[in-house]
Amino acid sequence: MSAVASSTAHACPERDTAGHDQPSPRRTPLHDVHVGLGAVLTAFAGWTMPLRYGSETAEHHAVRRAAGLFDLTHMGEIEVTGPEAADMLDYALTGRLSAVAVGRARYTMLCAPDGGVLDDLVVYRLDTERYLVVANAANVATVYAALAGRAAGFDAAVADVSGDWALIAVQGPRSTDVLREVTDSDVDALRYYAIDPAVLAGLPVLLARTGYTGEDGFEIYCAPGDAAAVWAAVSAAGAAHGLVPAGLACRDTLRLEAGMPLYGQELTVARTPFEAGLGRVAVLDKPAFVGQDALLARQASGPAELLVGLLPAGRRAPRQGYDVLDPDTGVRIGTVTSGVPSPTLGRPIAMAYVPADRAAVGTVLAVDIRGSRDTVTVVELPFYRRQAGGNA
Amino acid sequence: MNTVPENLRYTRDHEWLSGEDEPAVGITAFAGEALGDIVYLELPPVGTVVTAGDPCGEVESTKSVSELYAPADGEIVAVNPAVAEDPSLVNADPYGQGWLFRLRLTGTPELLDAAEYAALIGAEASR
Repeated sequence: MSAVASSTAHACPERDTAGHDQPSPRRTPLHDVHVGLGAVLTAFAGWTMPLRYGSETAEHHAVRRAAGLFDLTHMGEIEVTGPEAADMLDYALTGRLSAVAVGRARYTMLCAPDGGVLDDLVVYRLDTERYLVVANAANVATVYAALAGRAAGFDAAVADVSGDWALIAVQGPRSTDVLREVTDSDVDALRYYAIDPAVLAGLPVLLARTGYTGEDGFEIYCAPGDAAAVWAAVSAAGAAHGLVPAGLACRDTLRLEAGMPLYGQELTVARTPFEAGLGRVAVLDKPAFVGQDALLARQASGPAELLVGLLPAGRRAPRQGYDVLDPDTGVRIGTVTSGVPSPTLGRPIAMAYVPADRAAVGTVLAVDIRGSRDTVTVVELPFYRRQAGGNA
Repeated sequence: MNTVPENLRYTRDHEWLSGEDEPAVGITAFAGEALGDIVYLELPPVGTVVTAGDPCGEVESTKSVSELYAPADGEIVAVNPAVAEDPSLVNADPYGQGWLFRLRLTGTPELLDAAEYAALIGAEASR
């Protein structure tokens, strides 16, 4: 068996889409903690990150049923400050960041002038004149350069502050139970896509109700030097609630079940938000912004291809890069962007780009899975939606 | 943590064979650990004639798909129905309930003993 030597799919859940030559991988301030927990480590976007601590399936189920604890310090943080920070972000990004209230967050995108997606972002408004832009690890340099360039003429400063922040996420239905034990802040009152300064285990943090798993949860931004203490406090408080450390492997299966795009797979510079079904992030009626003309045109023409969910009939998962075929002729009509065996559904799931006229729910297509033509059906996204009743 | 049972023989592709005349074949604990949770197995049907080193099936885990190579020349004489139904047995009990198939050998395969295999994975683990 070639288990160790050869795999035809990516062993890493999120790829270094920038393809930088990274001389030596960076370690998060929690590296020793991960090693102590016996983590399987993986190289990702220039970082050494925990892939899984034990069974990635068990970690996935823990996040769906209780809670998981993630080190996401590889994510990049860029701070935009100044009297015209809001106007500058309205110009630089697809969303209307000036309309975001202090203490709230927005999911938005950075587009090239041709409308192609350079990165998808969560932007927090920390104060009237202060925003925190959170970028994918592989794209930090791209995002920083674009924002710095687009800030010309605005009274706003752009700084890559990635080194100032560690990021720890608590995700899952028991997250509030866990957080209540480590902070005096009213975590139940913190709304979905809100952020507030908090004191956690005696340490100053930014506590945000955001995530990338399809569950209720929190993201904790803290000083790198405090990360180990924050992790330890949350771990200790969480044990009784079923919280377990969770790696990037389950982060990928969780986000895919939740129908969330991953930059480098569903989102690339060759696609606009409209193809990904995320046209809502492009606020086209605001004053001029980078990519506006191209996005208006794409909205008018409609995308030629659309991102869809695929549910295979069989037990083999379509994987990233596999061809989507016309089931009758076998002609290639699209490409799988992500595909995994879904732990929650107990069957494989995938996302793919297909021609717009083949994207209707219920359409039967095929995928070339290592030489065999397997039947798949276009289904509605997401594959998994949590039960109502949480804060979000 | 990766035990290598003394009573089995091994391939460089991380498969084990039992000592019987028609040996059971499985995936080692080391390989199972490296693959992650195995969720699907495609195994050669009974009657398949296989050649040592040739692909004869697939092992799919959450993150990857790997080919299963025939560990020796022979014919498949039994397939483990339990592991086909529940591939996680490969991770949970690689040398017991996680066996994959039985092989009627045609010839004398070149295999590693436990010490040789332990040395092999020791070298891989320390790379």
